[in-house]
Amino acid sequence: MSRANSTSSRVAEFLFRFREVAILGVIIVVVGLTALKTPAFAGLSSIQQILTNAALFILLAIGETVVIVTRNVDLSVGSTLGLSAFVVGDLYTHHPGTNMVLAFAVGIGVGVLCGALIGVVVTLAKVPSLVVSLAGLYVYRGVLNIIGIGVQIEPTSIPMSLQKIGFLNVLDLPWIFVIPFVLVIVAHYALRAFRANRELYAIGSNPTAAELAGIPVAKRVFWAFVVSGAMAGLGGVLFVAEFATVNATAGTGYELLVVASCVIGGVAIFGGAGTVLGAAFGAILLQVINQSLVVINVSPFWDQALAGALILVTIAVDRLLTLRVARAVRLKEEASHG
Amino acid sequence: MSDQGMPVLSMRGMVKTFGSVVALSDGTIDLYAGEAHAFLGENGAGKSTMVKIMSGVHQPDAGQFMLDGHPAHFGGPHDSQAAGIAVIYQEPTLFDDLTVAENIFLGRQPLSRGRRINRREMNRRVREIFSQLGVDIEPSRLARGLSVADQQMVEIAKSLSREARIMVMDEPTAALSRSEVERLFAVVNTLRQRGVAVLFISHRLEEVFELCQRVTIMRDGAFVTTKPIEETSVDEIVRSMVGRDLSALYPKSEYEPGREVLTVERLTREGVFTDVSFTVRAGEIVALAGLVGSGRSEIARAIFGIDRYDAGRVLLNGQPLKGGSPTRAMEAGIAFVPEDRRQQGLVMDSAIDHNVALASMKRLRRGLFLHRAAESRLARDWATKVQLKFSRLSDAVNTLSGGNQQKVVLAKWLASDPHLIIVDEPTRGIDVGTKSEVHRMIDELAGRGMGVLMISSEMPEVLGMADRILVIREGRLSAELPRAQADETAIMRAATGQGVAR
Repeated sequence: MSRANSTSSRVAEFLFRFREVAILGVIIVVVGLTALKTPAFAGLSSIQQILTNAALFILLAIGETVVIVTRNVDLSVGSTLGLSAFVVGDLYTHHPGTNMVLAFAVGIGVGVLCGALIGVVVTLAKVPSLVVSLAGLYVYRGVLNIIGIGVQIEPTSIPMSLQKIGFLNVLDLPWIFVIPFVLVIVAHYALRAFRANRELYAIGSNPTAAELAGIPVAKRVFWAFVVSGAMAGLGGVLFVAEFATVNATAGTGYELLVVASCVIGGVAIFGGAGTVLGAAFGAILLQVINQSLVVINVSPFWDQALAGALILVTIAVDRLLTLRVARAVRLKEEASHG
Repeated sequence: MSDQGMPVLSMRGMVKTFGSVVALSDGTIDLYAGEAHAFLGENGAGKSTMVKIMSGVHQPDAGQFMLDGHPAHFGGPHDSQAAGIAVIYQEPTLFDDLTVAENIFLGRQPLSRGRRINRREMNRRVREIFSQLGVDIEPSRLARGLSVADQQMVEIAKSLSREARIMVMDEPTAALSRSEVERLFAVVNTLRQRGVAVLFISHRLEEVFELCQRVTIMRDGAFVTTKPIEETSVDEIVRSMVGRDLSALYPKSEYEPGREVLTVERLTREGVFTDVSFTVRAGEIVALAGLVGSGRSEIARAIFGIDRYDAGRVLLNGQPLKGGSPTRAMEAGIAFVPEDRRQQGLVMDSAIDHNVALASMKRLRRGLFLHRAAESRLARDWATKVQLKFSRLSDAVNTLSGGNQQKVVLAKWLASDPHLIIVDEPTRGIDVGTKSEVHRMIDELAGRGMGVLMISSEMPEVLGMADRILVIREGRLSAELPRAQADETAIMRAATGQGVAR
């Protein structure tokens, strides 16, 4: 084996194990290229704009990652976010002066309920989560339509204390971004450092073996959905803070962007691998591309096509790296066996 | 040793039923510390059910189950592990996406302050266990890509780290090379010295005699006998397992070979096999023998069109067969029973009848649609002919035992009525009783005028079944031995290149 070959396979192994770095690289390249044409794109306000836009998706991607690593998927997050947002907005409309802590609690509570419901059906009835959460997507949206039809919650109902989260900055970073950002760091670390969370990866990696190893699979999967729901619920509150206006369509279509963020961020769609940080970078990358297209004057219709292409590229690269790493391992073994 | 003290594990008269099926009617075994104990029986004899009771997966309906003389009740796998029982399953149970060390310490990772996982300590401990076992695996690498042998070592290290006193190894050697088997046996002996009781399940009797001190045999869900290994013989064991004689294993009939069905001329694939020429006649069983990795399977794959070849040609019934397409090979009348039947030979989740009919779709067509009645008639026919043990034809194939799955694969190809059938390791991982049935079927195929090309690593199978034996060494045909001249020494010589007898 030549040295160049072993170096490149080591690079492949590194990229395989630390995909976040690769995605961060892509983000920097896209920002850099766009900035060549429009230098302001790399400027503070532009970056603030991107991070603000990405914030909700980052938040949802945290929960989605936790679910996907267990070889499940949660397609209900967009509807859950919408429901939570509407309930919080409604609460303020009918009870002006509601304590902000209570508003957060109610929003997150709605999310937890929605997530728990899906978790229960997935684990007890053993129905694939794709189906259950798809049902959740429609049922929660349906509930929202029933209670929210024709209702528009106006900014005047939303107290300034909450709206401030939507537009104030801290250390030049928008608050609305800081909250998901902190949660990403916490979740990223927690998924690495705690036993129960490692079991989430084990479940996604090999569900049968996980059962045999005595891992409480149902319990872990249930809690993964609760976490996902909680994130969507929190997302609902932040949605209210950011837009200050809510109707029954809030959060429509978010779920696919979130799943896309995770996949682009290196979370294996069949579970077992991936990090919250990667998924967060994936969400940011999608926003960067979205904004970049606006700046370089390409029709926004290209946005979705590019997102799709990006998913394909990610999967192709991922596959390539997997093969590459497998070959490196094989060569190493052959070498060591003489 | 069998008379010393109290058994660490003792089962008497265990009973387990699934619906109306009695999987176990009298499961009985005693395990003592420090012994390697062979656990033998045909597939369906109840071994797996016993193992699953030990591992807490199944709860027995009746019977006495004692650990160290105290009654044991397992609510689930967790209880079994806590009691010091570890099962090394035949199917790898590792988590590819976790590191080796995490696999070993999953759920019990060493912690530092705040209940956070201490990875450094975890890797250190794993290195320690590996060095005790004399195994060189990097603890921080991902489990993905480990060889089966190394995966087993990781499993063993896992059970050691749990301080398991009873280790059940379910056909651990089925997929190992000879040197890996030796390493495993060395490790088992290390375990025995540490006082671990090892329950060893294998279909390779020579390994049982090499490794074990005692043997327990089961048949049809019931205990047959337990004996010290030196007081028994291969013949006796086989008789106890199947209730018939070893000679029945190779029911070889003499057929007059007919015309040439397959002609292979100077077939070459760069770096894999070179200049291979041979023929297979109708009614003839030709074995491709040789060491694992000599290129046997690759030659078969090239003939069937799975792999391409660089030079040479293949003729079927005198007609040139263009390579590179299994579909074409099938249409020309070649059937291929692959070694890995789970992955390549069967649609595991699909019903028995669908699997049987899979290669005969053309004949079962009525217009655009499949003739369902004909399909099930065909499947019923063949299931009877191959003596398949099943409850309903609509059951998924993965509910069958390994031997019965192999019968489904054979039935599938037989139903398509081929001229040539290629079987790659037809009886690997199949118990002795079913083995002889598979052999009988292969013999019948030849009797019906099919040409059979058989690849096998099992010397008795090659010697017992083949009319002619082609020995492949490093991709070349190194010897062609007629049945009368073939014996184990001649084949091994040709396979290893000591003295050529061409």
